[in-house]
Amino acid sequence: MHTKKREPFIHIMKRADMPAWKMWLIRAVAVLIAFLVSGLVCLILTKGQHFGGFYSEMIKGAFHGTRIYSLLQSWAMLLCVSLAVTPAFKMKFWNIGAEGQTLMGAFASAIVIWYLGGKVAGSLLIIIMLLVSLVFGAIWGVIPALLKAKWNTNETLFTLMMNYIATHLVLFTINQWAPDGSSKIGILKYGSFSSILGQKYIINVVIVTVLTAIVFVYLRFSKHGYELDVVGESVNTAKYVGINVKKVIIRTMILSGAICGIAGFLLVGGSPTPTLNADLVGGRGFTAILVSWLSQFNPIIMIFVTFLVVFMQRGSSQAASTFNIGDSEAFNGVIVGIFFLLVIASEFFVRYKVVIKLKKDKIKAVREGGAK
Amino acid sequence: MKMKKVFVIVLALILAVGCIACFTACNKEPAEEETFAGFAPIAKSNIKMGLITLHDSHSTYDKNFIDAAEAACQNMGVQLVVKSNIEESDACYNTAVELVEDGCNIIFADSFGHEPYILKAAKEYPNVRFAHATGTTAHTELVPNFYNAFANIYEGRYLAGVAAGMKLAELVEEGKAAKIGYVGAYTYAEVVSGYTSFFLGVKSIVPQVTMEVTFTGSWYDETAEREAANKLIKNGCVLISQHADSMGAPSACEEAKIPNVTYNLSTKAQCPNTYLIGSRINWAPYFTHLISCTINGVTAVGFDWVGGFAEGSVEITELNTTVAAEGTAAKLEEVKAKLVSGEIKVFDTNNFTVNGSKLTSYNADVDSDANFTKDTQAIINGYFAESLYRSAPYFDLTIDGITLLDTKF
Repeated sequence: MHTKKREPFIHIMKRADMPAWKMWLIRAVAVLIAFLVSGLVCLILTKGQHFGGFYSEMIKGAFHGTRIYSLLQSWAMLLCVSLAVTPAFKMKFWNIGAEGQTLMGAFASAIVIWYLGGKVAGSLLIIIMLLVSLVFGAIWGVIPALLKAKWNTNETLFTLMMNYIATHLVLFTINQWAPDGSSKIGILKYGSFSSILGQKYIINVVIVTVLTAIVFVYLRFSKHGYELDVVGESVNTAKYVGINVKKVIIRTMILSGAICGIAGFLLVGGSPTPTLNADLVGGRGFTAILVSWLSQFNPIIMIFVTFLVVFMQRGSSQAASTFNIGDSEAFNGVIVGIFFLLVIASEFFVRYKVVIKLKKDKIKAVREGGAK
Repeated sequence: MKMKKVFVIVLALILAVGCIACFTACNKEPAEEETFAGFAPIAKSNIKMGLITLHDSHSTYDKNFIDAAEAACQNMGVQLVVKSNIEESDACYNTAVELVEDGCNIIFADSFGHEPYILKAAKEYPNVRFAHATGTTAHTELVPNFYNAFANIYEGRYLAGVAAGMKLAELVEEGKAAKIGYVGAYTYAEVVSGYTSFFLGVKSIVPQVTMEVTFTGSWYDETAEREAANKLIKNGCVLISQHADSMGAPSACEEAKIPNVTYNLSTKAQCPNTYLIGSRINWAPYFTHLISCTINGVTAVGFDWVGGFAEGSVEITELNTTVAAEGTAAKLEEVKAKLVSGEIKVFDTNNFTVNGSKLTSYNADVDSDANFTKDTQAIINGYFAESLYRSAPYFDLTIDGITLLDTKF
């Protein structure tokens, strides 16, 4: 008996030969749809009052007056942490401890200011802050790497737990520093270098931009960058070609941690009002993971992705405040969530082809075409 | 290895550039500042108040400010902008500046840690009024457009303590121990002043009462507050109050059927069988005062403003008659009248001892400085003068009858 096999309505086929411009077109469309959907969400939440206003508020929230500096600062800080997690991720070392590593960097800078502020020259103080922050960040990054290299511990859990230790170290220290029980140390009088180059935060933007170039070159053109790529693809291959895997893991995590340390240093010293509290990093360590993935571990793409995320965050909280949409944090979480969801979902269309009900021979043709 | 060298050289270069730039920039004076020209009256339609809160309306503490600001602004017919979830970092300063740019004439921040950032903004924008709750530096900084405010909440807590005392007397008659518990956030004067006044209120009814206090180290940590309340209940406390902002302690009490005295809001709906009474600060009178000063061009808002029962700044929340002892409402009326008239002083030194002896002299840390110097004599005419020298509380003594289970925060 001959049974007729029914063809499904939709075919999903893997594709590998999409031209770059087309991939970017798909992603750009996803971003546009994200903006459109965000506007619709705003329209619904304001009971049909604001749609166009949402976009003007977004732009106002991001660029109006001195807000542009806050935008640049948020951009630089998120980019810096994203750069930090990237080398480790490329190596498939799941470092989710950037939050803690950055906090340790900030902690180091605050310690230096607390104990040396006013006792050494301003510029020397800043150099010491940078060095100690680098060391603290690197140590916090390398501890999980050492244990991974030595006993193959799970780095995801380990780096996550290191975050909590960092948070509580900071909380404990602040309590020691503020004996009135308020747990606030206020503005530190020394250690700010944000006035360099005039406007506040510009120095951070310059440093992070230079850092982006360095990380890009390091990952793309250096031997180290190649080695960590190979380790990420296959540990066995790496061993076969004579790469010392343990050494690469440890070295890369020192680098990741040290860049987090720089981020922490910039969060404290790069602010016109340096301070230390346990929320200073503000979840950037986790947002950075998404950013790094979305940018496919490419520092140049990261510049734009970070900018979009920060723009969405700042713009939507302005809209929430103006239109009185609940609490700013909640609305802004929804908007950034829509953005991430749609952009990540768009990758499906980059990797697969969707074909709607075709005749058998046509499918065959498509398949053959896809195989060529 | 070559790349490593390049890497090191580039890093060193950044450092070098940074240093040079620093040397050139360190002496730079800040941009020219606006000058203060005194406050002129402003038409209502041009007045906009900006409110900066640490968390959002999920926190009872911040909700209390947001609700009051909405009520006051609506009542006075001025605009309100709320910026919530503003951290105690340069985010606070930046937000204040953004509010100025958006045309706010009054900016109010609600968290202790916001103060230095608000002060910085106040110095840079002398023609905008900046006010701050629970702050401590306005009376020493004397910046004409920067004010601190608080309320005599210790009187409210004392009164709530009286209601708790009536309930405790009833429980003692049933054979229970005269032991109560308190969940605090930090070992900070505002909290110490709060639990001590509550305790003294209870003590005015049940003289033999003792109290255990435990701290969570956070203003908002539902799990920690719940656990803290459970610990106190396990220790034999028969009535609990708290100074922290989540539902942790009230809901633990509801489960264990232990009467609870709240702060800032009534939890009667969630805890109908254990909610007794609470005290709260109503910020609307202060907001109204600020707005009317702005409308009328009054410069002397007051560096330290404190409201009490008379101003409507201190309130007790509804009494839950199903939990309260008989005659509580009448007793509360009587005590409240005496508090208002000044017949009862909450921190009357006849009513408590420290290390077994009566307090005749005590220097409190009123003026903020880096060393936390105890600088001001706070005992006058036989009582501890709370919130007299500055609006934020400074009573930080541990009196007899109160046991601190931990002081790590």
